[in-house]
Amino acid sequence: MSSAVAEGHKSKVKSQKPRIFDFRLWTLHFLRPRIACGVYHTSYAEDMALRTTPSSRLRLTVIVLAAVLFPFVASDYAVGEANRLGIAIIGAIGLNILVGFTGQISIAQGAFMAIGGYTTAIMTVTLGLPFWLSLPTAGLMTALIGAAFGTPSLRLKGLYLLIATLAAQVIVEWLILHMVWLTKGSSGIYGIKPPALGPLVFADRREFYFLTLAFVGLSVLFAANLFRTRIGRAFVAIRDHDIAASVIGVDLFRYKLLAFAVSSFYVGIAGALQAHDRLIVSPEYFNIGVSIEYLGMIIIGGLGTINGAIFGAAFIRLLPAALSILTAAIGLPNMNVGVLQQAVFGLAIVGFLVLEPHGLAKIWRDVKDYFRLWPFSY
Amino acid sequence: MSQDLVLFLQLVVSGVAIGGIYALVALGFVLIYKSTDVLNMAQGEILMIGAYVSYSLIVDYSIPFLPALLLTLGFSVLLGLAVERAALRPLIGQPIISVIMVTIGLSIFLRAVVIAIWGTQYQRYPSPIQDTVVNIGPIPIAEVYVWSLVISLLLVGALSVGFRFTRVGIAMRAVADDQQAALSVGISVRRVFAMAWIISAVVSAMGGILLANIQGVGIGLSAIGLKALPVSIVGGLDSIPGAIIGGVVIGILENLSAGYLDSPLGGGVREVAPYVFLVIILLIKPYGLFGKERIERV
Repeated sequence: MSSAVAEGHKSKVKSQKPRIFDFRLWTLHFLRPRIACGVYHTSYAEDMALRTTPSSRLRLTVIVLAAVLFPFVASDYAVGEANRLGIAIIGAIGLNILVGFTGQISIAQGAFMAIGGYTTAIMTVTLGLPFWLSLPTAGLMTALIGAAFGTPSLRLKGLYLLIATLAAQVIVEWLILHMVWLTKGSSGIYGIKPPALGPLVFADRREFYFLTLAFVGLSVLFAANLFRTRIGRAFVAIRDHDIAASVIGVDLFRYKLLAFAVSSFYVGIAGALQAHDRLIVSPEYFNIGVSIEYLGMIIIGGLGTINGAIFGAAFIRLLPAALSILTAAIGLPNMNVGVLQQAVFGLAIVGFLVLEPHGLAKIWRDVKDYFRLWPFSY
Repeated sequence: MSQDLVLFLQLVVSGVAIGGIYALVALGFVLIYKSTDVLNMAQGEILMIGAYVSYSLIVDYSIPFLPALLLTLGFSVLLGLAVERAALRPLIGQPIISVIMVTIGLSIFLRAVVIAIWGTQYQRYPSPIQDTVVNIGPIPIAEVYVWSLVISLLLVGALSVGFRFTRVGIAMRAVADDQQAALSVGISVRRVFAMAWIISAVVSAMGGILLANIQGVGIGLSAIGLKALPVSIVGGLDSIPGAIIGGVVIGILENLSAGYLDSPLGGGVREVAPYVFLVIILLIKPYGLFGKERIERV
């Protein structure tokens, strides 16, 4: 093939002599990307797989192995942070299903997490029911209430929907504070027991880690598959243009409510897990700041991608630790880390939206693309 | 007059008075939304910065009130310009979630800056307005509220006239109506956007100074942003008279619900009543009471 190209050139450009050994072409030949651009699927099962290339399968294996081995090498503090990160990932994927994939803006994340957390708290502490029952109930309860608050989405769009969900957040917060007979008001419900599934008790952080990890795995798998189904495609069609979607036969009412329900189910599970992680639920864990934090996660990570939700959750959850290490290293011990963290959080949101609106997921994709053709990226 | 009627009137009158301040803040939302289609969630923080800057000028640099006010308004012009230029202009044409989130990010950042500079302690504002109480019939009302109502009415009047009769105002309405058409007749859309942010920041600073007269200078001032949001939505996000009517309606509603429902429901009704009302209004009239309906086409 190389000689044919050289022949073709020769007839037109006389000054260039034909070369039998073109060093650059041979280099290209040896360095040709063997992994990414030569994958041939010979069965439907291969073609439908979630991971279609050997390199992405390898990455996934490495990540799963690292995640499983992590608690055996990490410190107690790090495992605790990892648990909170896992919970945030579940919540962020849930929010991204609604905001990033279906295009329905919601600022009621904190309220929905509260419903999940309080459901499991009331069921396990007040009623003495087991965890395996309270967790799915928390998810379903949140899905139900989320769908109820999603009903305005049929008439309201964009800004006005955002305000309606803001109203949901304010109303739920108020109810939690004032339905003292059910929620214990501002003091919250404490004494939540560690989760137990039959003989398996997830009492300390390392044990809880594996529970969280299992739920993160299930969440990612379900979400990744959801957008390969009819329902997921309908969600994306609604995001891209809802009137156009309804013209091609997407039942807007049904699918918008379904999006609210699925998303809220995730968020409810995250809220319930958080309740069992902290062993207490009280209103300040579920205020509007939480909603904004989760919106920040999916913006920074990347709207409408699953790994974006993971990246964003990691960015936000690891930010405080990173900043306190950084300020200590620079030598600003009297710096107020909380304020600095807020400032960086705000700047990160603005910065990502202005400079990289598709978030960390896009950066990750760019890096992969760069190395796929490295070192000849043209 | 019977005791019940006096109580009722008292609640209504002080509701109208608070409504004046809400209207002023809601005006800031409406001004920006009307011409740029952006809901500025950082309105409360811009207002708070206005209050803090004027406070600093008066207390730390001992400048008399009126020059300090002018300097503050000048500063607000710069702040509005800077925000528009740095954060909002790059996002023209981006989806609505990005635009909202950028203003939320701004609000978080600005609040952190304020805490870093001025701390979190509440300060008394060196008020030029006396603490006197004016009596309207049998109903007493603090002078500050009267001032805020008068000032917001004046501003609404001035802005309405400005939108109708000045060149800039007409350009802003044209941009709000159709950006492409406005561009094609030679209006600079960018300048109009900058103008909207400047006017809104100046109006907010005035609101901030008035509010600081009432409750002091503190980080809690920014919460008025979230309180005035239902006001602007109820009135309709693109209606200037809607802002003032919404403000008065919400002010009265808050006071009446707090006065009559607080004891049976266990307090705090003032916080939640506007939002319940908001949801009901949105379900009946999705664009608020006076907002312009938008017809969408594929």
